[in-house]
Amino acid sequence: MAALLQHPGYDEEKLRRVAEQLPCREVQAGMLLSLMGEPQQYSYPSVFIYGHRASGKSHVLHVLLRELELPHATVSCVECVSVVLLFEQVLLSFFGCDAASLLPRSPSLSDFVRVYRQQRSQSPAKQTRYIVMEKAELLRDSDANLLPALLRLQELVEDNVTVVLLSEIVWDKFRPNTGCFEPLLLHFPDYSKGELQQILSQDKHPSYSAEFYSSYVNILLGVFYSVCRDLRELRHLASLNFPKFCEPLAEGKVKETDTHKLWRNIEPHLKKAMQTVYLREVSSLQWEQMQQMEEKEAGALRGLSAHTHVELPYYSKFLLIAAYLASYNPARTDKRFFVKHHGKIRKTNFLKKNEKTSNHLLGPKPFPLDRLLAIFYSVVDSRVAPTASIFSQISSLVTLQLLTQVSHDDQLDAPKFKCAVSLDFICAISRTVNFDIVKYLYDFL
Amino acid sequence: IVTTTWPQRCLTGTEPVFQGCFVFKPSAKKKKKLQSLGETCLSRGRTATCQIISTIYLCTSCKVLQDELNRKILDSLLDFTRKCSSTRQHSDWASQMRASEIPTAALVLGVNVPDHDMTFQSLSELLQQSVTPHVASVQAKECGAMKHLMKRVLERLMDTAVDDDEEEETEQSGVQLHKSVHCSFSTLCDWYITKTKVGARSSPPVVIIFKDLEAFNPKVLQDFILICSRYIERLPLMFIFGIATSPSTIQHMLPHSVSSLLCIELFQSLSCTQHLATVIDKLILTHQFPFKLNGKVMQVLISIFLYHDFSVRNFIKGLQLALLEHFHSQPLSVLCCKKKEALLNLTQLSHGDLERIRQLPSFRRYVEKQESQEQVKLMTDDGHLKEECQKLIKGFHRYHKHYYPVLRCLHTLTSALPRYPLGKQIRELHLICLEKNVWENEDYQSAMKLLKMLAKDELIALLQRCAETLQSTKSKKMNKAAAQLEELLARFKQLDTATEMAPTVDDSVTSPIKNLQKKTDLFQLQKVAHHHHHHHHHLHCTLLEMNESRRSKKLSPFEVLRNEALEFVDSLVKSHLSPPESQTLHEVCYYSSSAVVRRHLNATPRTSIQAALSSPYYYLQNESLKTEDGTVSNAAPDICIAYKLHLECGRLINLYDWMEAYATVVSAAEGTDPDSDSYGKVDEVKHARFIRAVSELEFLGFIKSTRQKTDHVARLTWGGC
Repeated sequence: MAALLQHPGYDEEKLRRVAEQLPCREVQAGMLLSLMGEPQQYSYPSVFIYGHRASGKSHVLHVLLRELELPHATVSCVECVSVVLLFEQVLLSFFGCDAASLLPRSPSLSDFVRVYRQQRSQSPAKQTRYIVMEKAELLRDSDANLLPALLRLQELVEDNVTVVLLSEIVWDKFRPNTGCFEPLLLHFPDYSKGELQQILSQDKHPSYSAEFYSSYVNILLGVFYSVCRDLRELRHLASLNFPKFCEPLAEGKVKETDTHKLWRNIEPHLKKAMQTVYLREVSSLQWEQMQQMEEKEAGALRGLSAHTHVELPYYSKFLLIAAYLASYNPARTDKRFFVKHHGKIRKTNFLKKNEKTSNHLLGPKPFPLDRLLAIFYSVVDSRVAPTASIFSQISSLVTLQLLTQVSHDDQLDAPKFKCAVSLDFICAISRTVNFDIVKYLYDFL
Repeated sequence: IVTTTWPQRCLTGTEPVFQGCFVFKPSAKKKKKLQSLGETCLSRGRTATCQIISTIYLCTSCKVLQDELNRKILDSLLDFTRKCSSTRQHSDWASQMRASEIPTAALVLGVNVPDHDMTFQSLSELLQQSVTPHVASVQAKECGAMKHLMKRVLERLMDTAVDDDEEEETEQSGVQLHKSVHCSFSTLCDWYITKTKVGARSSPPVVIIFKDLEAFNPKVLQDFILICSRYIERLPLMFIFGIATSPSTIQHMLPHSVSSLLCIELFQSLSCTQHLATVIDKLILTHQFPFKLNGKVMQVLISIFLYHDFSVRNFIKGLQLALLEHFHSQPLSVLCCKKKEALLNLTQLSHGDLERIRQLPSFRRYVEKQESQEQVKLMTDDGHLKEECQKLIKGFHRYHKHYYPVLRCLHTLTSALPRYPLGKQIRELHLICLEKNVWENEDYQSAMKLLKMLAKDELIALLQRCAETLQSTKSKKMNKAAAQLEELLARFKQLDTATEMAPTVDDSVTSPIKNLQKKTDLFQLQKVAHHHHHHHHHLHCTLLEMNESRRSKKLSPFEVLRNEALEFVDSLVKSHLSPPESQTLHEVCYYSSSAVVRRHLNATPRTSIQAALSSPYYYLQNESLKTEDGTVSNAAPDICIAYKLHLECGRLINLYDWMEAYATVVSAAEGTDPDSDSYGKVDEVKHARFIRAVSELEFLGFIKSTRQKTDHVARLTWGGC
């Protein structure tokens, strides 16, 4: 295995350590190594690596750069709320904090290049310097010139520097329409089932044998492989459910080798985990507690999505109902529903649906405030004064995300809203105030 | 002066001076000081310390109450944080595998957002006291973008450390923070490392509280969590999410890739109605707090709570407002205090105050009931009046001392009945009692009938609770009543032993509900009735009728005793639960202007604007603006004239015509001769004034510009002339 990684210019022993830490990624590591060349040689200006989440992109690079002791800066683009942080981090890791403080208050890209060149002339690169950008897809949202500049940074700063971009998105989605330097593309494929098995088996529990843990991983993958191939997630699940797997062993009922019995024991448990802890309905801590509890008690613990009930003040309920009606009924039908003597609108004529599709399939439509209030006053059974508290209830419904404001925040006159609750939710709400909402919905006429 | 400034400062509730220093356990020294203060005040005017004390009492007890109510949830949260920080230090296999998750508490607080502030404040105080000094709470409105959120978190975390021992250390980091505002988590990490090195304690967690999760921008939150998870190994982070709606919002806001970084535990706080029930129980249904609300005011406050905001804090504010209004508007409120002080204040009342007492409707009613000689004496002799009032005040305090225990007893009994004839909550029963004689209420009578059908063990349990309530009060009369109840209970128990010796089965009833009758579990019965919903009322009636028919038969010893017990309760109710309006001098303690409270708390901005525009005199109080029959004087402000003129128009208003009309009105106001040339002419000043008035109207939302017709604006309101 270790023989796979070989490259002149690097210490054999270090390469062996790297290979040990990178199971199932030998090919990619080898490829990267050959791209990097010997430490003092110039490397390709920019490399773009893409692959799904948890396919080992950061890990491979991190291990390579750390173990081979190459100068590098790792930057996560999520963290760089402004480019300053990016520049600072790069300068900091290459030239120390003095360099970072040379940057002006709100530096531009050219400031960065200037400072970099200045520093580079003082301490020129003896080895290729690497800048690793994690979650590079966020670079697309930053300044338009940042990505093209990073791609040919080597040229700009005239230094032996290579930028490595890591992303979950293919390069085609990055290419700016003004054109840019094309980086070298490198794809990290997903791990296969066998590879996952191999990797997961490595975090064996200290007090059990490797074979035993490996057979456990095998069972786990049998259940979860069809829904989840994310290594991190699988590792998490493996650690959570392992105690349960060992239970019969601890009780002395079965031997380590009796895989079938162990499987019989753990399988329903894993199925349950798939519905709860995998979806984060139940947190890992609660899941562990559940394992210690008896079956009956555990049933009492409800997942996050089971709590949907919201207690609202009386008028807020009606405001929400009115908003729902306004969002899902066409405005022209309001007369039919809310005017007491709506005259000669015949039901048959009226029911000619020119919009064939149900409004519920199309989703909520925006409505102006006036319409909301008009419907509100007609559905609420008592006379309500238009007080400030009615209006403030509307805005609190917006902050509670039960309504969403469609128009711009500053717009004072005729703001528009959408109702953001589901039919089930509004039915539950209207039941508490004895309002039969289905009767008022155009879709259910 | 004192009454207006002091209580207002108390209203803010933040003055630490007032918090619990002399309200619950006043030290003798302070008491003396207060008394002397009270005396000086009294000698100066009608202001009295007792008023101040009641206000303070209200403020402090609110805070104490709030903390008590939240105690349970706060304690469990504290446990959670402690547990999380301790498991982090474990090094066993499982917790190492799980170390990458950020422990998160989802704290569901209900939609009464104004109340949450206090909870979060106590929470962060408690956390800082007992778990970790590193607590930062952030609000959505100050964190619109990632940058801001980061900045707030860093500022608050590092600032909280300032009051620790090493000044230079933090100052340095503070300077750094200000100089290069590169708020990044690596800065925070470095800070934390230096911090924990200095302090000997083993890594306390860093808690970040998101006060209103729903209002946060999901993208910002997601990014923030992603960043935090990168540092979790170096920085023991913890989140607390304040959730107003339901925990499922977390799933709506965070995708799986982000929520998988969290280890969420759910904490549910008490519902706001329970919260309100406790507040009412502790502040209103007690004789210790002399200030009272009458039924209507109470109704206003409760309906604001139930219909509008669910906010306990606003309820208490309403209560405070009523208190201030009462002290402000009722001179006799000097007597609205504890009995001792009230009697003391009574002796110092001036002749004018005594005249006011004579004017009180309740006192007049009382006088009319006296003999004519006594009447004259009461109306003329100040000394005699004072003596008489002393008796009345004592009686009034006694009334309250009896009222609340009996109210609680009655509620204990009736809240166990199906369909809650007298309300599920004690506040509903209280409202009924405030309104009129409760025993004349139909629901009361049916409740009594239902009570007469209770099974033995149920009845005994209820009566036992009643006896305990009465026993726990300090009044002798109530204790005596409790003793009587105990005696009745003892007789019930004797009955038990007696029936065991000679069991008799009552087979006289052969109705279809016989089986149920045996159980006599009324709730069960109601459940059955619920299944046959349309039979429900029918069943209910038959139940009562059945009871009626049985009464004609010979009663068993148990039934005799049951009737006796309930008659005893009934007599208690009749003698102690008469409405306060029937009490003489009730105006002293009862605040009754529900309209004022409603006007203050339930603001109607539109009506006020319209009032201001159509009758400016109402606000400006300028004599020249006074007009009759709703017309506007020529001298009114420009906007009022423009408003009045615009009312005469239809949906679209011609700006030029409007300006002409305006110029005419204004010329008349200036006293220009109607025959002169310049009359009604639009000069530059008038033009400018008109434009300003129109744009003000536009700002207030009465008109807006339209593209339908040139030189026209559209009206946004209906009606007018």
